[in-house]
Amino acid sequence: MDLRLPIGYVFTIYGVILGIYGIVTKSNVEMYSKSLGMNVNLIWGVVMLVFGLVMLYFAKKGKKI
Amino acid sequence: MPDPSIFSFLASAAGAVSTEGLKAPPLNFIDWSILLIYLAFVIGIGFALKKYTKSAEDFFLSGRSIPGWVTGLAFISANLGAQELIGMAASGAEYGIMTSHFYWVGAIPAMVFIGIFMMPMYYGSKAKSVPEYLKMRYNEPTRVFNSVSFAFMTVASSGISMHALADLLHALLGWNYYASLVITSAIVLAYVLKGGLSSAIYTEVLQFFMIVFGIAPLAYIALKDVGGWSGLVAKLQSSPQGQGALHSWAETAGTANPMGVPWYGILLGLGFVLSFGYWCTNFAEVQRALAANSMGAARRTPIIGAIPKMLFPAIVILPGMIAYGLTSDTVAGGYSIPIKPDGALNYNQVLPSMIFHYFPNGLLGLAITALMASFMSGMAANVTAFNTVWTYDLYKTINPNKTDRDLLAMGKYATVFGIVAAMGFALFASKYNNIMSVLQLVFGFVNAPLFATFLLGMFTRRSNGTGSFWGLVVGTSTAVLFHGFSFATGNALGSKGGWLTFLGLPADSLVQFPKEMSQTFWVAIVAFLSTFVVNLALSMVTKRTKTDEELQGLVYSLTPKFKDENDSWIMRPAVLGTIVFVVSLILNIIFW
Repeated sequence: MDLRLPIGYVFTIYGVILGIYGIVTKSNVEMYSKSLGMNVNLIWGVVMLVFGLVMLYFAKKGKKI
Repeated sequence: MPDPSIFSFLASAAGAVSTEGLKAPPLNFIDWSILLIYLAFVIGIGFALKKYTKSAEDFFLSGRSIPGWVTGLAFISANLGAQELIGMAASGAEYGIMTSHFYWVGAIPAMVFIGIFMMPMYYGSKAKSVPEYLKMRYNEPTRVFNSVSFAFMTVASSGISMHALADLLHALLGWNYYASLVITSAIVLAYVLKGGLSSAIYTEVLQFFMIVFGIAPLAYIALKDVGGWSGLVAKLQSSPQGQGALHSWAETAGTANPMGVPWYGILLGLGFVLSFGYWCTNFAEVQRALAANSMGAARRTPIIGAIPKMLFPAIVILPGMIAYGLTSDTVAGGYSIPIKPDGALNYNQVLPSMIFHYFPNGLLGLAITALMASFMSGMAANVTAFNTVWTYDLYKTINPNKTDRDLLAMGKYATVFGIVAAMGFALFASKYNNIMSVLQLVFGFVNAPLFATFLLGMFTRRSNGTGSFWGLVVGTSTAVLFHGFSFATGNALGSKGGWLTFLGLPADSLVQFPKEMSQTFWVAIVAFLSTFVVNLALSMVTKRTKTDEELQGLVYSLTPKFKDENDSWIMRPAVLGTIVFVVSLILNIIFW
């Protein structure tokens, strides 16, 4: 089994969940006062989504490393 | 090593991970989904790997089929327990930049060394475990000595890990202690039973990414809060720690630095004996490299692991330093390190308390999942090392005619037994908190003598079975005696040294060290030197038992040089290793 597959799925799913949650809670100023006003869920969700998709891309391409 | 690292041992030696008075903000639906998705995936990985796990070789060694980048990340991940994360953040707060010695002087050179010089013998000899290598190189008694002490250590370490996890879940999330213990153990048991070592390695790599993604945002947010790097420097300079927190070497001419160790103590004790002893001889680590799919991949395993390991201080030590900086200059409502009942700073709570302070729901669930994942994979690493040593080095030694099927079955029984025994140990440890620090110390006694034995075994032909066995016995006992002879300023005599006073030795005749850290370093140095001298001396006065032919592939000078012209130049262990070594040298200079 190519390990990039499960890693890709996990972080794609996490990226989508955190990203959507970040968008939904965007106007909640109180919630993000903890993280100094940064919407960390949205930012980090996007980062994880990109990472997950890159992993999936390489797994599908089947490039051996 | 607890969870299983001397690093977390050193970091948490001041006391068990303490969770008193700390409580997580309420988790919501999103946090829970993140946690449950992770658990579903690790169990899923176990089931997906089941079809590849047919023989004992598959179960214990993953059929030697795993690519180097996977074993490399598993190599550092097996060690990256939550105790290490919590411990390194704690040390970052307590010792500042000097904590990075555990990485740049400790782990990195050792990893480069094992990859370039030791792996040809470990992997090339086809030994299935570290004790089996000792049997091939020396004799049966040396193997038994090592496998019994190692089997005990792994069960004890996973027990300590499990206890710490259950305690954390109980204190932070209000879960029932026993239920936490049973559920997390059952999950680890499920995927190790199904997929064997491959399951453990795959989940360790997944866990590695979980930790990076779950913890890394903390460094960024906290650094922003403290006013960037220059803000941190200004705060630390005006704090009680002053310059001591900002340099790795500049303050080490004497013992007047946060660790209480001079530079040669760091180089010898931590850099040479403790780190090499841990990274080069601990089977829970070495096993990852043995699962690699080729000699080249096996040699690259520790070196690939060293690359992210070099950068870890940025995500674990830095938040600790920031925590200290913020605490010394508290703005109302800002972050400060929790206080113990006696008024001292509770360093062990630095990491969880910062996560709770800065992470909103969502990211909070991710960070808690990362902590939980790191405990579970530490447990799995120990369990897979335990079942292999149990089956190959103890069971098969007693019953040499067992078939592959029998060994696979025994491996599964040993997995169940190991986890149950570890749970028993967790309950034991929960009743006697002090027993944990005693045991962690015992692990320290075992590794340094083992490293001396390996050095002589791998790099001289002359060292023999008699020398190695008695070297281990005498070295370990000398370390225990020296520990009884010495203590660190401020520590009560007893479990943390100075226990010889109970046998009538006057307290003022003991050797006194400024910090527990420096005591630990010197105990390791004494253990190493006594083993080395006894092994060499006894080997010289007794006959050689193995001929040059028998030692082929087991001793460096008699092992054919590994040809790696087929690898692209950048992938050659010597090239990759040199790059890693030079980069860590540069890091040392930058933070001088």
